[in-house]
Amino acid sequence: MNEPVFSVRDLSVTYGGNLALKGVTLDIMPREITAVIGPSGCGKSTFIRCLNRMNDLVPGAEVSGQALYHGEDIYGAGVDPVTVRRRIGMVFQRPNPFPKSIYDNVAFGPRISGFKGDLDELVERSLQRAALWDEVKNKLRKSALALSGGQQQRLCIARAIAVEPDVILMDEPASALDPIATVRIEDLMQELKKEYSIVIVTHNMQQAARVSDKTAFLYTEVNEETSARWGILVEFGETGHIFTRPSDKRTEDYVSGRFG
Amino acid sequence: MSTSGSAGGAANTPGSGRRAAKSGDAVGLLSERPAPRRLWADRMATAAMLAAVALALVPVILIFYYIAREGIGTMSWEFLTQPQPYSFRREGGGFVNGLIGTLIMVGIATAVAVPLGVLAAVYVVEYGKKGVLAQLIRFFSDVMTGVPSVFVGLFVYTAFVVPFGFGALMGAAALAVIMLPIVVRSTEEMLKLVPAEIKNASYALGAAKWQTVIRVVLPSALPGITTGVLLAVARAAGETAPLILTALGSLTVTTKLIGEPISALPLAIFDGARTPFAAGQARAWAGALELLVIVLVFTLLARVASSRSSISR
Repeated sequence: MNEPVFSVRDLSVTYGGNLALKGVTLDIMPREITAVIGPSGCGKSTFIRCLNRMNDLVPGAEVSGQALYHGEDIYGAGVDPVTVRRRIGMVFQRPNPFPKSIYDNVAFGPRISGFKGDLDELVERSLQRAALWDEVKNKLRKSALALSGGQQQRLCIARAIAVEPDVILMDEPASALDPIATVRIEDLMQELKKEYSIVIVTHNMQQAARVSDKTAFLYTEVNEETSARWGILVEFGETGHIFTRPSDKRTEDYVSGRFG
Repeated sequence: MSTSGSAGGAANTPGSGRRAAKSGDAVGLLSERPAPRRLWADRMATAAMLAAVALALVPVILIFYYIAREGIGTMSWEFLTQPQPYSFRREGGGFVNGLIGTLIMVGIATAVAVPLGVLAAVYVVEYGKKGVLAQLIRFFSDVMTGVPSVFVGLFVYTAFVVPFGFGALMGAAALAVIMLPIVVRSTEEMLKLVPAEIKNASYALGAAKWQTVIRVVLPSALPGITTGVLLAVARAAGETAPLILTALGSLTVTTKLIGEPISALPLAIFDGARTPFAAGQARAWAGALELLVIVLVFTLLARVASSRSSISR
């Protein structure tokens, strides 16, 4: 019954011929929060950007292996990245609202995909789900850029869920926010988890421990001769397991704060 | 004010610290006065910049002043609505022939050059990037910006005027060729400034490339593009040399696009200014004032329009 949303099999990424991520294999389950942790430069962002083909936009990026979304390879022949991205939303590290009104930001996705229903209702519902409605309901026509950083990030989440995706990818969604705004985003993730599968990249281990059900620990491998570096998946499992009884020495060192 | 700061002990509150510094002789790190040398350098730099701004404004203000002073006497309802008399000696009449010619030719040139130029810039920035065609467009735009406008007039003369005769379309063609590279280069610079983050946001929402360009990139760059277009229009409205070779000039009002020479404000100003007759020169001054006001009003209107369309904070 509980089929994985994503089955990633031996996924590797190269940028202009340089290996960036090597042989990642893991399953992402529905209605769970999967955290991806690891030191800087270990390929966390590269990994998450494979899941909605955002890496296609990086010149010279090449992906090998498989990323099966409900059994269908999103890198398969004939798969349009635009279709993939409509099913798999993304929230970025820095809040990036369009220089448009709050309403137009949320309505952007539905409009481009030819939404035919009640747009006002959809905008309200999305903002409510992102816990932003009460703060902005009287200024929907005002510029989104006038909001605070934390509000902008929740607006970006509202914008992502307005297209009614299946999965939401979050690339360090709270790293540019203050602690109070961070807590709000984390609370929001717990709410969203009821309807969506969430993959979050974070360099904040406490955050991963607080919010996630599963944790993937990525780490950098170095070739001593060429000093080339690439990321590998060291360990993947239940978050409680990863943080209390990791089976790999490197995971234990990292989660206990001995390096990284 | 700060609510979190009061969490510390009472001895650490800013108030008590300041009192201690005032009463005690201990030298506070922050009470030291700025070095006189640094203050002096700061003031000198500020003064130098102010002087540079003032100096740059002098010619602009003088131009406005002289044109207003010399032109205002001849400016009248008659001047705005009547064509030129057939003799430069005779007083009265106006430049309505030139006004209509300028509106027609600049209008057509803008309608052709702006869409073409903006599309070319979108191609260069979003599609061609480092490709051969994009490099070619960039290179030729640069070259074209530097070509003296009289050469553009000569080109249109040999290509179109020789077979088809003088006319508004030929003038418009010359003006469009002059406007095109300005629109391409200024639009390109503005499109490059659109942050990759908001483009990524659009792609991540499942927007195709053309949707991203139309709904995100162009609206974000619109105020800047408008400025570039305005520069191009202002430049075209003031061009004289290429119009001598393509529109030729005329003393009568015409709205024909082809087969008949047509006047333009700069042409009428040029003709009037080089005559030895006071009446002709006076009309030239008034024509200069008219052109100046038109460009000014048009610039203001377009500014307002573009600031309305991009939402305010």
